[in-house]
Amino acid sequence: MSDQRGTSESSAGDRWRDEFAGSVLRRVPFETMSGIPLEPVYGPADGERPGVYPYTRGPYASMYRSKLWTMRMFAGFGTATDSNRRFRDIIDAGGDGLSTAFDMPTLLGLDSDHPLARGEVGRCGVAIDSINDMHDLYEGIDLGSITTSMTINAPAAPIFAMFIAQAEEKGIPRARLGGTLQNDILKEYQAQKEFVFPPRHAMRLVRDTISFATSEMPRWHSVSISGYHIREAGSTAVEELAFTLANGFAYVELARRAGLPVDAFAGRLSFFFNSHIDFFEEIAKFRAARRLWATIMRDRYGATQERSLQMRFHTQTAGVSLTAQQPEVNIVRTAIEALAGVLGGTQSLHTNSMDEALALPTEKSARIAIRTQQVIAHETNVAHVADPLGGSYFVESLTDEMEVRAREIFDEIDRLGDGSMLEGCIRGIEENWFQSRIADSAYELEKKFNKGDRVVVGVNRYTEGNQDSDLETLRITSEDERRQRERLGEVRRQRDTAVVSEALDSLRSDATNPEVNVMPALLRAAHARATLGEMMHTLTDVFGRHVEVSSI
Amino acid sequence: MTIRVLVAKVGLDGHDRGVKVVARLLRDAGCEVIYTGLFQTPESVAAAALDEDVDVVGLSMHSGAHLTLAPLVVEELRRRECSAPVVVGGIIPAGDVDDLKQAGVAVVLGPGASADEVVAAVTGCAAS
Repeated sequence: MSDQRGTSESSAGDRWRDEFAGSVLRRVPFETMSGIPLEPVYGPADGERPGVYPYTRGPYASMYRSKLWTMRMFAGFGTATDSNRRFRDIIDAGGDGLSTAFDMPTLLGLDSDHPLARGEVGRCGVAIDSINDMHDLYEGIDLGSITTSMTINAPAAPIFAMFIAQAEEKGIPRARLGGTLQNDILKEYQAQKEFVFPPRHAMRLVRDTISFATSEMPRWHSVSISGYHIREAGSTAVEELAFTLANGFAYVELARRAGLPVDAFAGRLSFFFNSHIDFFEEIAKFRAARRLWATIMRDRYGATQERSLQMRFHTQTAGVSLTAQQPEVNIVRTAIEALAGVLGGTQSLHTNSMDEALALPTEKSARIAIRTQQVIAHETNVAHVADPLGGSYFVESLTDEMEVRAREIFDEIDRLGDGSMLEGCIRGIEENWFQSRIADSAYELEKKFNKGDRVVVGVNRYTEGNQDSDLETLRITSEDERRQRERLGEVRRQRDTAVVSEALDSLRSDATNPEVNVMPALLRAAHARATLGEMMHTLTDVFGRHVEVSSI
Repeated sequence: MTIRVLVAKVGLDGHDRGVKVVARLLRDAGCEVIYTGLFQTPESVAAAALDEDVDVVGLSMHSGAHLTLAPLVVEELRRRECSAPVVVGGIIPAGDVDDLKQAGVAVVLGPGASADEVVAAVTGCAAS
């Protein structure tokens, strides 16, 4: 395989043909319901093709003809045992990837028995305090074959260490582990707000995890650069696109500063976007994202390997588009948003459940959500042809427009950072630039809803029937919190405290030296049954804590 | 008289889109709005309410911890002899509304509340 394939001079059509010829295809008839045979992709002979630079039309030549997107459902609540049961339900229902939601204390690196964790344990994700919980969480799930994604950021490095350590204790070598660590701390300060350390120290941990995964875990995606939360926090689609890619470039600069050649790690970066209700704008966003990533990675950062230039991304339908009123209608919204993700060429997809404006999903509503993906995948035939909207005057023009507007925002961030995206992203956070822009956009949209300029069915129009719903929602009780504290107490009693303190001491000394990678010390601490809170506390002793200066 | 409102994020929940939108809605409706910022405790919210001498305290909650934390905020306020009514908004299932009201919460605004309802709830509370 030529390293220079992405930039060579032969025609896109020829390169696509070669690439496609080498693809293994799914065994289904690629034809319409009336039997009309379908080409894998359509377009003029000299036009763009999927799997060929700049990848506007998709990262792979054969796209869903080879492999459908991964139906990766995000789940987690209560104790690790409760969540393990839901994971198995998802796999039984045909899900082929897992995505772990952690509870608030875990997201902030607090143990379940911490005073600030009261009332929050297991409520909106699973509580993980030690490697023992990690064992229970993935019990009976073949981590060598099912890939797993972990939505964790501030404590990403210690959670990653616990994950690797539990797999190793089960006899699975780290090199075989496939999956994704979200580990995108920049968007936490910008949007999701689950941060712990000051940004520059937090970025050192990101650097350490990228370096570690690059040298030891060839199947692992060390950062999932996430626009999802930026959008949920209120940004526009253009801002989601631009901020997310800017963050991506910041991680690239970070890893390059650490001495890694761009092509050594860029292929293991992945992305995570929101798919909102404005159907064509979302599709244009996905297409523009791929093109922007490829061109800027090549021209600005000197990437040459195909994998470094091909953007691969996960998509989740928009949580904020769900309504509490007439929640069953959310199934329709989610189906439309999921379809936009698929027509936009996503590599994996989570579909929200209809009850998520009210609570975490029930088993039934989560099953309907995955069935929605299966209808799109197997009944509609939309997966037969790559980038089916490519060439539409409207979609092409909107794609170009999204690209232009995103580049304008890149220029602003570049200026904030005096020519560095990394500095621009960090200073933008420190100066509240991202946060204010997102809040402004959220308020502008809210005003449109209030004035009725944007219609939301069941909210500001067509409200008959709003009182009829008798949907049952999932309830997490304080009983789960009590059980989790008991489990944690048991871990504390049964471990060798001398080994734990020794491991934490070496973590502290490694953290103090910015030249040292903390991952080996974190792995030792995980094996020793140090708790997440203990590891994070050790790191905050060295790094300090971030306090947001918030404004309205 | 201008109504003074403290809007607060209590607990570990970082979802601040709602609280910021509500803060601006209230400000545009003529209220003086003070925002605590993230990760407050019931104690720090009560202390801020007293310091700022507010007429209403609004809590924005999206992490499911409302049944634990909202009653504690009411308790801390009353312990400091602050009688400001407490309004809770966010992802609050209908089944939890009675429990919150029994714990002394004045108004509960669920996930479907409109901007007008939010403003009416706060101004209504302040008047009574």
